[in-house]
Amino acid sequence: MSEGLVRTGAPALAAGRAGGLLRRQWPWLATLAFALIVPWFSFDWTTGRHSGFIVSMLSQIGIMIIFALSYNMLMGQAGLLSFGHAVFLGLGGYTTAHVVNAAKSGTLPIPLELTPLVGGLGGLAFALALGYFATKQRATAFAMITLGIGELVTSCALMFQTFFGGEGGVSTNRMTGHSLFGLGYAPPIQVYYLIVGWTAISVALMLLLTRTPLGRMANACRDNFERAQFVGYDPRMVRFFQFALSGFFAGIAGALYTLTYEIVTYDTVAGALSANALLMTYIGGVGVFAGPVVGAVLIVLLQSWVSLLSNSWLVYAGVLFILMVTFAPGGLAGLVLMHQPIWRAGRLGRLAGPYLRLVVPALLVVVGFVLVIELCSFLTIGAAQGKSFTLSHVTIDPRTAGPWAAAAVLLAGGGVWLRYAIGGFGAAWARVTEEIKATGMRA
Amino acid sequence: MEVLLVSLLNGLVYGMLLFMLASGLTLIFSMMGVLNFAHASMYMLGAYFAFSVSRVIGFWPALVVAPVLCGGLGALIEMYALRRVHKNGHIAELLFTVGLAFIIEKSVQMAWGLLPVAYRVPAVLDRPLFHVYGSNFHAYRGFMLLVSAVMFGLIWLLLTRTRIGLVIQAALTHPDMVGALGHNVPRVFTIVFAGGSALAGLAGVIGGNYLVTEPSMAVTMGPIVFVVVVFGGLGSLAGCFIASLIMGLVQTFAVVLDVSFADLLAHLGLKVTSATPLAEFLTIPLPRVGALLPYLMLILVLLLKPRGLMGTRDT
Repeated sequence: MSEGLVRTGAPALAAGRAGGLLRRQWPWLATLAFALIVPWFSFDWTTGRHSGFIVSMLSQIGIMIIFALSYNMLMGQAGLLSFGHAVFLGLGGYTTAHVVNAAKSGTLPIPLELTPLVGGLGGLAFALALGYFATKQRATAFAMITLGIGELVTSCALMFQTFFGGEGGVSTNRMTGHSLFGLGYAPPIQVYYLIVGWTAISVALMLLLTRTPLGRMANACRDNFERAQFVGYDPRMVRFFQFALSGFFAGIAGALYTLTYEIVTYDTVAGALSANALLMTYIGGVGVFAGPVVGAVLIVLLQSWVSLLSNSWLVYAGVLFILMVTFAPGGLAGLVLMHQPIWRAGRLGRLAGPYLRLVVPALLVVVGFVLVIELCSFLTIGAAQGKSFTLSHVTIDPRTAGPWAAAAVLLAGGGVWLRYAIGGFGAAWARVTEEIKATGMRA
Repeated sequence: MEVLLVSLLNGLVYGMLLFMLASGLTLIFSMMGVLNFAHASMYMLGAYFAFSVSRVIGFWPALVVAPVLCGGLGALIEMYALRRVHKNGHIAELLFTVGLAFIIEKSVQMAWGLLPVAYRVPAVLDRPLFHVYGSNFHAYRGFMLLVSAVMFGLIWLLLTRTRIGLVIQAALTHPDMVGALGHNVPRVFTIVFAGGSALAGLAGVIGGNYLVTEPSMAVTMGPIVFVVVVFGGLGSLAGCFIASLIMGLVQTFAVVLDVSFADLLAHLGLKVTSATPLAEFLTIPLPRVGALLPYLMLILVLLLKPRGLMGTRDT
């Protein structure tokens, strides 16, 4: 076999490698292809414009994918819980804003396509400086130092004018006139493609990083840092390098943020964004490389759409969070992975029926729950803001008993039904796994 | 001199309030390993409960009812939710409390509105207690000091003089051994979580009208309480007490002392102008840095002593 490969020569070998890449990494390539064409679904042919909302949301997804993956370099791969990861996104963003302003004024003619690299280097520089102290500790002490750093940098961002621009932040203009491809970057769709490019590069680099000795040692230090020491590596240096590189990628995300919104304020370094990184990464799943990508897509979609429709986003986020940590600590990716042995055994079809039976009661519960929350919300906050609760042109008055009763019936009835359906699903799941085990024994 | 004395008293009041919050958190944190992000939410709930209860039956019953409500809620959370999450590890527990904090914040907004509520100091205590060098010391601050001191005494007695207190103390450092000795550790956890929540609620009752009762009060108080707990060191109530007082005093004095590095340098005969390097950094007055100081101190302490000021075990 190997002799045949040698004889057929280098071109075939390269083709074989490319084929292997296509075979092994097809989900990534498919995602990339999808990312490239998806804005055209919302293209309005009569006006010749893209939907601003969709493009802005897609751009945000790209930025958050890099951010969540860089966060998982700490949390999932190195076992370091950070409460201040947004600091590096923000500082990368501020750095980029200044560089873009310098490019605009002509003092630093750097093409716009390369400014994310500058933002990444900014994030890297700050991560080297702050990480030198933070990575001296691990576990809770590390988490608390990062919490302190986050609060510290947020306060500084509000205090200092020269670099952070105080409360107003730093504004910039991405139409610098310096471009590798001669693009103006006035329409957001051009920036979106820039984001897709940099996201692809960053994801590939981060994926490759997990296969380097550093990535492997980060895993070792996460699992057992004492044994990692015996191998001959200094866990502190492993933490330090991992932290610095994660800051680099967060800086790239910050740079893309700056190019998208053309303003950087203290929000980009503040705790809410750090919490968001934790949310996306955990809900997506920390144990799988692609987990945070799923989490980032889901959270941005939910955040954009739910916050358009309702002002109770925090409640839904909280409930989603609690459900995930209680029932699916492996995140969404963990849930998918649970099906892998069943899929390999070719018995996934057996679960389709039980899954379908879950759908209706689950929908009832969700609708009932959303109705209760929205009724509460419209009773107090909505009333204070003078809004009324309309559902497809029907105004619902939260002060009457009807909607409350409907919500209660949906919630209670759906709940009982869902419990029953989950029981059936559990039994079906157990049967299928038993069968697979039994066939495994025979083989 | 008068500034010094008044600030000392004010710092003491704030520090004791911090201690009331932090003592519960340090017990929960040390014993269960849970970084409870919902602890400050309990403080907020305490203030709002007290506001609602005091409108119906007055402030004094609310002083008891609101902490009891918070404690009950804490017990329910521990028994029916946190215990299930426990098997999924510490990060899952932490994220659970983050989710809980989200829900509590929004629920408070739904129940009591987005704006601060008019939760006021009771009329009896709404007067100056005594005069120091021409400035008043408010009677309510004296009352806060009294409540915190009594609370401190009671916790100390409970932990050192009762059986359950000794079990809790043992479980702080050796939870597995305590379980092996046949004590019902989950029940101790519930008691500690409920007790900590009740203490946070009490801090809310007496702090809500002293500061301000609004939906963002948990977010503003939360990080400071974490800082106090970690600064003081895990498993050490004494460290927590000292840390609370230090933080209270530092923050109070930082507001009062209107100086900057530039003033210091001026004493040494160096004049800072806008052309001096780092001029912006040097001319920042101390009151503006005040909010920053606790975090700076936290980072310094953790770098020098990863266990905190008086911590007895690793984090």
